[in-house]
Amino acid sequence: MDQEMIEFQKPEENQEVLRTHLEELGNHLSEKIGKIFGRSLHIREVDSGSCNACEWEITALSNPVYDLERFGIYFVASPRHADVLLVTGPVSRNLYTALLKTYEATPEPKLVIAVGACACSGGLFQKGYASLGGVDKVLPVDVYIPGCPPRPQAILQGLLLAMDKLEQKIRKRNFSDLHEGDTCHRP
Amino acid sequence: MTDTYFNELTTQFSYAFLDSETPVPDELYITVKPEACVGICRYLYEKCGASLVSMVGSDERPLNGGFRLYYFFSLPGHGSSVPQGSRSFVNLQMKVDERHPEFTSITPYMPAAHWYEREIQDLLGLKPVGHPDPRRLVLHENWPKGFYPLRKDFDYKTQPPRTSEDFEMKRVEGEGVFEIPVGPVHAGIIEPGHFRFSSVGEKILNLEARLFYKHKGTEKLAEILPFTKGLFLAERICGVCSFSHATSYCQALEKIANIQIPERAHYLRTIFLELERLYNHVGDVGNICAGTGLLVGNAQGMLLKEKLMELNEAITGNRYLRGMNTVGGLRRDLSEEKRILILSTLRQIQKEFKALIDVIMFLSTQRDRLETTGILSQQVARDLGVVGVAARASGLDSDLRRDHPYAAYDKVSFKVPLRTEGDVSARVWIRIEEVFESIRIIEQLLDTLPSGDIRVEVKEIPPYKYALGYTESPRGANIHWIMTAPDSRLYRYKIRSASYVNWPAVPLVVPGNIVPDFPLINKSFNLCYSCTDL
Ligand code: SF4
Repeated sequence: MDQEMIEFQKPEENQEVLRTHLEELGNHLSEKIGKIFGRSLHIREVDSGSCNACEWEITALSNPVYDLERFGIYFVASPRHADVLLVTGPVSRNLYTALLKTYEATPEPKLVIAVGACACSGGLFQKGYASLGGVDKVLPVDVYIPGCPPRPQAILQGLLLAMDKLEQKIRKRNFSDLHEGDTCHRP
Repeated sequence: MTDTYFNELTTQFSYAFLDSETPVPDELYITVKPEACVGICRYLYEKCGASLVSMVGSDERPLNGGFRLYYFFSLPGHGSSVPQGSRSFVNLQMKVDERHPEFTSITPYMPAAHWYEREIQDLLGLKPVGHPDPRRLVLHENWPKGFYPLRKDFDYKTQPPRTSEDFEMKRVEGEGVFEIPVGPVHAGIIEPGHFRFSSVGEKILNLEARLFYKHKGTEKLAEILPFTKGLFLAERICGVCSFSHATSYCQALEKIANIQIPERAHYLRTIFLELERLYNHVGDVGNICAGTGLLVGNAQGMLLKEKLMELNEAITGNRYLRGMNTVGGLRRDLSEEKRILILSTLRQIQKEFKALIDVIMFLSTQRDRLETTGILSQQVARDLGVVGVAARASGLDSDLRRDHPYAAYDKVSFKVPLRTEGDVSARVWIRIEEVFESIRIIEQLLDTLPSGDIRVEVKEIPPYKYALGYTESPRGANIHWIMTAPDSRLYRYKIRSASYVNWPAVPLVVPGNIVPDFPLINKSFNLCYSCTDL
């Protein structure tokens, strides 16, 4: 419980560092997206029982400071248009069906990213009568972004990792297409 | 204060009183006979002008052989019109026999009780006899009959099998009536809830909302955590009212442990509470522009909000002000350098926010969308016990910061804005005025910030004691009630958030408006699902 006084960098310097980091991350990401898709990356966010802070950090990615769209990342309204699902929250019992249906509506190849401690492992809520204890109890998860909530840069970093994974997935799929037809199953 | 009420109630209802105590100042608890409870509640509500602020069901069979219901009322001071800090809490409690797990519903007389009673039915298995709408609320139809999570013989980790996925909603039928289902997964990045509109053309005839999708068992979980960890849970009840919930939690336990926290901690808490209000209100005003399609206003609002979040991070290390509060005070101090940073940032924000308001709030196109849209009448607001911005925009003059001062609110002067129109515009204007008031409060506190310690050590808390902890969050009153157990744990933790009482007002406000105005109305209330569903 007890914590030493943490001294932070001077706030202005700190923000400066973060902003530079953001530019680098974003450009890197946008290059990758261009290579894989030849278009922008489409993301659908699904709240499976978060405390709402994870949502706000994802929303913050669209504000004028982060302005994610300039890197070719776009939040879509329907899972049918999405390449990636960003899932927050420990998966509440009452959202289980909605989460499954959203996943099923997303076209292959798709990625699932667990955003925040709750989505990664159940976090503070663990497994309980109304909390299933993390997204990977229900869906196959490709990338885990820890944090409570993860700050916007961390979410970008997670997306970058996800692009690598997606590349692998597509390569594997093309390979199997050549040899034995479409082997992409729904889990 | 509580004495006067006690005397008045005794003359009326002495036959029904079993016991009374004042465990902490300004909280009077009266144990009453179950058969008289409805009568006393009505007397408090109808004759004394009290409002029901919370209702708790608790399984106290291991302690005294029965369930117990608590009714919490906030009462105005005697013979005056709500001067600062003149209200007190009067709380009734009654036993419910295990062999007859039911109680008489007070909803027919006090609609504000409707959700509390349904929740008690779901989680404790006590039936509110005479409730006009006893459908399930917190536990959806997938939950089997006969499992009651808040009972002491139910283990937090139990996961009963899923049953039906169907649910019933009220329908409107007739020629040309369409149903529009929305959610639970929405198009935007927002929390889940299911809405069903019945409309003719654009006009909405009826709206049914089905919530509690995010129910995670927070209150039950608190019973198995040590009180130090319970604080982390309190911070995670809601992302954007994190500091307010944590403060309510700490205040309740500090009252129970009977400790006085240092003056400096009171001041700092108040500053952080107001910083929380600021980033929420500024963001909400910007967000309204997203509802009207005024993208410039939206972007500018989001930018200002981001600046405030960055300020939060610079002074506390967390964008949501988490990790600062602790039972006994604060965990980190505010250096002189950061004090100055707050002042200079706020000065800048004040200027830019003013400029934003001048642009967005006087455009005729904007006013056309906001004015007379989604009117919440004062009567409905009072009946449902609506709090916060929504209450103050409908002429209900209530603000815990003034009525039940806590932290350092009795040390500062501030205005509680009030409007009577009850429409979207009034709710936005209340927020705008509160932004400037918040800045004023923070400046006053920073100018007179006392020096000294920021915390006292709290190692343990005494068992079987109870108290309320409350704060006026950006959305309204967050009222927590804690009863402690041995080994510094919690026996029962009831969280009543502002959103919980305000949600039922939304479906009542919407009919008569057009479908595209719904997002706007929703945004003007800006309620949180997480702290409603728990
Ligand atoms: S990880 Fe933290 S911030 Fe995200 S939903 Fe869970 S409790 Fe909230």
